Amino acid sequence: MAIAGLAAVPQQSHRPHGWRRWLFATNHKDIGSLYLWFAFCMFLVGGVLALCIRAELFRPGLQFFQPELFNQLTTLHGLIMVFGAIMPAFTGLANWMLPLMIGAPDMAFARMNNWSFWLLPPAMALLLLSFVVPGGAAAAGWTLYAPLSVQLGMGMDLTIFAIHILGISSIMGAINIVVTIINLRAPGMGMMKMPMFAWASLITAYLIIAVMPVLAGAVTMVLTDRHFGTHFFNAAGGGDPILYQHVFWFFGHPEVYIMALPAFGIVSQVIPTFARKPLFGYTSMVYATSSIGVLSFMVWAHHMFVTGMPATAQLFFMYATMLIAVPTGVKVFNWIATMWEGSMSFETPMLFAIGFILLFTIGGLSGVTLSVAAVDVQLHGSYYVVAHFHYVLVAGALFSLFSAVYYWFPKMTGKMYSERLGRLHFWWSLLWFNVTFFPMHFLGLAGMPRRIPDYALQFTQFNQIASVGAFMFGLGQLIFLVNILYSLRHGKTAAQQPWEGGNTLEWRLPTPAPYHSFSEAPQLDVAENGVVVAMQGGKHG
Amino acid sequence: MSCRYLPGRTAASSLLACTAMQARGAAINLQAPATSLARLEYDLHTMLLLVTGGIFLLVLAVMLYAIVRHRKSAGHAARLFHENTTVEIIWTLIPLLILLLIAWPATRAVLNQKSTRGEELTIKITGYQWKWRYDYLDDNFGFMSHLATPASAIAGTAAKPANYLLEVDEPLVVPTGRKVRLLLTANDVIHSWWVPQLGIKQDAIPGFLRDAWFMVDTPGIYRGQCSELCGKDHGFMPIVVEARSPEDYARWRDARLKQAAASADDPTRVWTLAALRERGEKVYGQNCIPCHQANGKGIPGSFPALDGSPVVNGDKAGHINIVLNGSQKNPAMQAWGKQLSDTDIAAVISYERNAWGNHTGQLVQPAEIRAARAGAAS
Repeated sequence: MAIAGLAAVPQQSHRPHGWRRWLFATNHKDIGSLYLWFAFCMFLVGGVLALCIRAELFRPGLQFFQPELFNQLTTLHGLIMVFGAIMPAFTGLANWMLPLMIGAPDMAFARMNNWSFWLLPPAMALLLLSFVVPGGAAAAGWTLYAPLSVQLGMGMDLTIFAIHILGISSIMGAINIVVTIINLRAPGMGMMKMPMFAWASLITAYLIIAVMPVLAGAVTMVLTDRHFGTHFFNAAGGGDPILYQHVFWFFGHPEVYIMALPAFGIVSQVIPTFARKPLFGYTSMVYATSSIGVLSFMVWAHHMFVTGMPATAQLFFMYATMLIAVPTGVKVFNWIATMWEGSMSFETPMLFAIGFILLFTIGGLSGVTLSVAAVDVQLHGSYYVVAHFHYVLVAGALFSLFSAVYYWFPKMTGKMYSERLGRLHFWWSLLWFNVTFFPMHFLGLAGMPRRIPDYALQFTQFNQIASVGAFMFGLGQLIFLVNILYSLRHGKTAAQQPWEGGNTLEWRLPTPAPYHSFSEAPQLDVAENGVVVAMQGGKHG
Repeated sequence: MSCRYLPGRTAASSLLACTAMQARGAAINLQAPATSLARLEYDLHTMLLLVTGGIFLLVLAVMLYAIVRHRKSAGHAARLFHENTTVEIIWTLIPLLILLLIAWPATRAVLNQKSTRGEELTIKITGYQWKWRYDYLDDNFGFMSHLATPASAIAGTAAKPANYLLEVDEPLVVPTGRKVRLLLTANDVIHSWWVPQLGIKQDAIPGFLRDAWFMVDTPGIYRGQCSELCGKDHGFMPIVVEARSPEDYARWRDARLKQAAASADDPTRVWTLAALRERGEKVYGQNCIPCHQANGKGIPGSFPALDGSPVVNGDKAGHINIVLNGSQKNPAMQAWGKQLSDTDIAAVISYERNAWGNHTGQLVQPAEIRAARAGAAS
């Protein structure tokens, strides 16, 4: 079985075999693998939905999908990618790597860990099931704005329950990460010496704990408006439709950083390794990440510049949003300073990390453009926004995830991935990603609204280019799948230290990482960013 | 498209605007501004594009230099520095400074967009699923504005007209050189009124009023679309604004007022079935088709069929009630009494009761609708 390969360490006993190993999993590596495979499957499902959207938009006119189904496709594409693919993938990586990087025997709450993963499949099943109930799936966009979401059929109820379940899962996963990092670090691994990936995961986990309940509240209010006679979002009953947007984006903006901060963490591990140099400005990285976390709570209404806020509110949220560019800029400069005067090599993880920096910077700069409220009046709700957040989430979050999987694949499996296929995957993705999403900037500027199944004729060319790009990009992800499946079976045996510059704790473990690692904590002498200077003791098994 | 606006723009934006794609007719920049607001936004965007583009090129250049020179295969040995407080302070302060420079014009633009005072004409805009209504509050008349592109063009069975999906039956007509104040609201869900060349995008929110303003410089036709997902036909509720010279506008307004007076329905008129059906078919086409479909079959699972429906073929009072007051069960069925006249409602009900496979032979007179309204009110 493919999953088994990701954590196969035959010599160790006392673990269940067969399906019990996965259903009753309490080992952080098993659970991490479950998360990663699940996220990849959802990535493919969400990707197929995206291709349906791009197929419909290849030409003006309605060809394949009626508008109501088209709206369901865009809604579910967003929800599945955010809650089914990106968030679980980061949780999976944190599960797999955090204990290894900080010298912990496992995650703090092993059984809760099992529960937080196994809540995901039923939640996603509810979401997918909603396509076949009367009225179809939720069709209000992933933001589920009221009052539109109050109007929809029972697919919306399934979506609300799915979000509740996903929220419980994320919160439990986040609590596990916080407790593990705070309590289970090996002696010598001080907070200000932890790897950036641990810092990023910690801050992300706090954000999740803070905002997932807010989302649950928002959708519960929609639920009671739908069925129990409340009027939170109905002016006729004393409510306010805009209240929904305030509550949603109080969740929604930190959510953006929930999907971006772990990416920052990964890149902060990968770049130093392949530049063979310590991370530049570790302390300022920690502070920049923390301040991004704090600022992310103060900018939510920049998603609402055209709702008709008073000028003072527009100005406050505009300034606060622009301010986020400062710590984000610091991070980008730090990564480049890490590369500067390094001794770089360009294996696949490094390629994806560099691709991340480049394209994330474009997404960040278009974010600055959007933050200027007066310009946002033209760009809000247009394809420019679609381009912007795909630069941040695909070239940002997704590229960093690919970087991470290639980077840690040898440690996880004991096998090397195919470097040739890895590089092909990178260059292919880089090219077709830009072909898909760069033209969307032009479409938005020229006046094409998002979430429409059909468009005016002057938007045809760029839509066609984007559609071709999307199909090619989608195809390219099969290269990744083939690489992983092939390498699990036939990959070359990986060395304990496959990367010359890899000097954080996980590279001190045997390859593949033993099923039970650090059952006795090692005594560490650690430098910044988790670089191990010396290690004593630390038994496995 | 945007090449038309090139004279007077910066060299950089002209460089951007005229590419090979441009030659083939695809726009890559904001549409040519037609109001002072849109010009403000255009210039602000151009400035942002230059600043952010410059920053990106700088980052790219430094990174490329490092990638080329500081690589292991070129024999470069790593220098293990990992801190420099001075540099770090500098690259925190410089972005801050750049942001301050951006914030100044950005703030002025926001305040300008928000200054809706001193209007010379007020128009109330109401968003409906899926059409717009324009009410000229000063002159006390108004009308609905529907998509004019035929369904056959959307389905691909007929050729697509030049302004495919951007054409309406009744455009919003405004005078040039006058400050127009818009009051926006919606009837059902949130819509957003966006006309790029006028520099306006403002959400229309049910139960609340929002305002915006514009003043068009030159006569012309300006097109836009709803830009907030509002359900099934979100992509099919365009906006067309026709700006006329003040004299032209006055002529149009007078004609409009006369026409409104002439065509006002006599609520006591007794109609024949044929006349009601003819009118009802039109009302049905403008209001009911998106959900119940032209063939009256609805969309199974979402919107019920009217063809053979027990409500349509049953008691008249039940039929009148659901059209007038909407459905308790399914909020997508609106209370049409709020937006259609007694005559229109009578007509559409009479049409439905005698269309497709429905042959009740019954007709409903406007007076019956008036009675039903009065009954509900008391």
